[in-house]
Amino acid sequence: MVGGGPVKPASRATGSELAGEADVAIEVTHLRKTYGTTVAVDDVSFSVREGEIFGILGPNGAGKTTTVECVIGLRTADAGAVRVMGLDPHVDREELHAIVGVQLQASALPARLKVGEILDLFHSFYQQAADLGELMDSLGLAEKRNDYYRVLSGGLKQRLSIALALIGNPKVAVLDEMTTGLDPQARRDTWHLIEGVRDRDVTIILVTHYMDEAERLCDRVALLDQGRIVAIDTPEGLADQAGVDKRVRFVPSKTFDDRLLTDLPGVRTMEHEGEHVIVTGSGELANVVILTLAAAGVTATDLHLDSANLEDAFVQLTGRHLHDEIGRIHR
Amino acid sequence: MSSHASLLPERTPRSAFGKLLECEAKYAWRVPIGLIFGAAVPMLVLVILGTVPGVNKPVKAFGGLTYFSIYFPILIALALAVISLISLPLHLANYREQGILRRMSTTPVPPAWMLAAQVIINLVLAAVALGILVVAGTAGFGLGAPKAPGGFTLALVLSIAAMFAIGLWVSAIARSTGWASIIGQLLFYPLLFFAGLWLPRQRMAPVLRDISDWTPLGASVRSLQSSMLGAFPSAQSLLVLAAWAVVFGVLAMRFFRWE
Repeated sequence: MVGGGPVKPASRATGSELAGEADVAIEVTHLRKTYGTTVAVDDVSFSVREGEIFGILGPNGAGKTTTVECVIGLRTADAGAVRVMGLDPHVDREELHAIVGVQLQASALPARLKVGEILDLFHSFYQQAADLGELMDSLGLAEKRNDYYRVLSGGLKQRLSIALALIGNPKVAVLDEMTTGLDPQARRDTWHLIEGVRDRDVTIILVTHYMDEAERLCDRVALLDQGRIVAIDTPEGLADQAGVDKRVRFVPSKTFDDRLLTDLPGVRTMEHEGEHVIVTGSGELANVVILTLAAAGVTATDLHLDSANLEDAFVQLTGRHLHDEIGRIHR
Repeated sequence: MSSHASLLPERTPRSAFGKLLECEAKYAWRVPIGLIFGAAVPMLVLVILGTVPGVNKPVKAFGGLTYFSIYFPILIALALAVISLISLPLHLANYREQGILRRMSTTPVPPAWMLAAQVIINLVLAAVALGILVVAGTAGFGLGAPKAPGGFTLALVLSIAAMFAIGLWVSAIARSTGWASIIGQLLFYPLLFFAGLWLPRQRMAPVLRDISDWTPLGASVRSLQSSMLGAFPSAQSLLVLAAWAVVFGVLAMRFFRWE
């Protein structure tokens, strides 16, 4: 993918469709993994282009972590194939780990080592490691370098874990629940960091249950439910697929004829609420509304936009809620 | 899960092993379980021995060596058992339990490096523990030099190799610190029994002594004692030790698990 903003691929109808392009970074085909009689992942296929941020979204137990653990070679799939930059995670273990940075959910670091020592250790593992000072600064770890791992807060442990995923200047980064346990400011800082990493053409798989995170960061998202892929598309595309309305709310600078907007294709409803006007519909709703109003000499002020909502899309596509996840987001 | 046992990976910078060793050494210093027990337990036995009258009197039957000199190999066996069956497995099992090994398995570091670093750290621990025993034994118990120093050295090296291999096997397979300590102790007491810690080999029933000859610490004490008295250790003892070292070394590599 070339710079100049994320490329939005056309909306796709099925989840198993592959990108089928030359610059594919990760290719997963018909992946299946069972634990005893439980099918954790069932016929999962997707491909991730180089430089793309690919989200895997779904409720607890959907098979998100199992999928990425197969991708990085931590687990052996029962069936199906995985290729990461052309490498087989089991055959080419060493080469794979040299170019893939990971951040795992169930992992820890030695309690009695200091942050600086751990960073220094992991830094030594890679031939072309990242600049340590820069990395520490961007994750706010510099002033914690002399603290033992055991005294770090959950948020700091998480930040250190992200730092270690990026320390080897990886071509591919796999981040599992990256911002869980971070406060809102730290989450935004981390998003900013990930966007910086993306600009260096790093391919990223982001496992998350945060809708806003997926919407903000991901070029494409795979919705996973009960071990199967429900849909793969851009966050906007998923909302469109699910027929979820977008919502634009604004205060017009002067009154105008309702038909100016209700006649537009894509606009479904329009209502007045005090001085506010609320328009719902699909597609590039906000742009269309603003441009149409501007052409009629009306300015939209105090503009609020409820963009593609993956939460709604998930409910629409699976008939299920992400109950646990919602509880955690608002805790 | 299959894992490369390579000690010489193509891509991972060699300097990383130095860093790994440095971090593990710091850890061993900050959490000195091995250092404390490896040195303290044999020291405690030493003190108890000190209360036994005549332990440091030369004995004609031992060629002028003291009783203590004959007991000394049992103290070595004790120190080696503590370090290899308790300190070594607990540390790696703790790393496994915490998910630290799991995290390490996603780096270019080969698993064999983790084991190699632990072997080196614990070799240093063993050297410290043996050093303390030698100094205290010589100063307080009339410990004499072994009369067959070459045989003694060979027997010591093979004893360390055998016990460390068993310890590494326990560390390789134990899922948690709980399991590591159960497996470690299931081996610890029987092996030390056959080493003669409670009942000297010389007083064991012939059947027990025959069994003892085939156990790692029994063979160790037998070969070390004969070296103290001036006879080169028997080929059987040395081969028994070597066999334990090879078999369990291979098993440790083969069954090493990251999680």
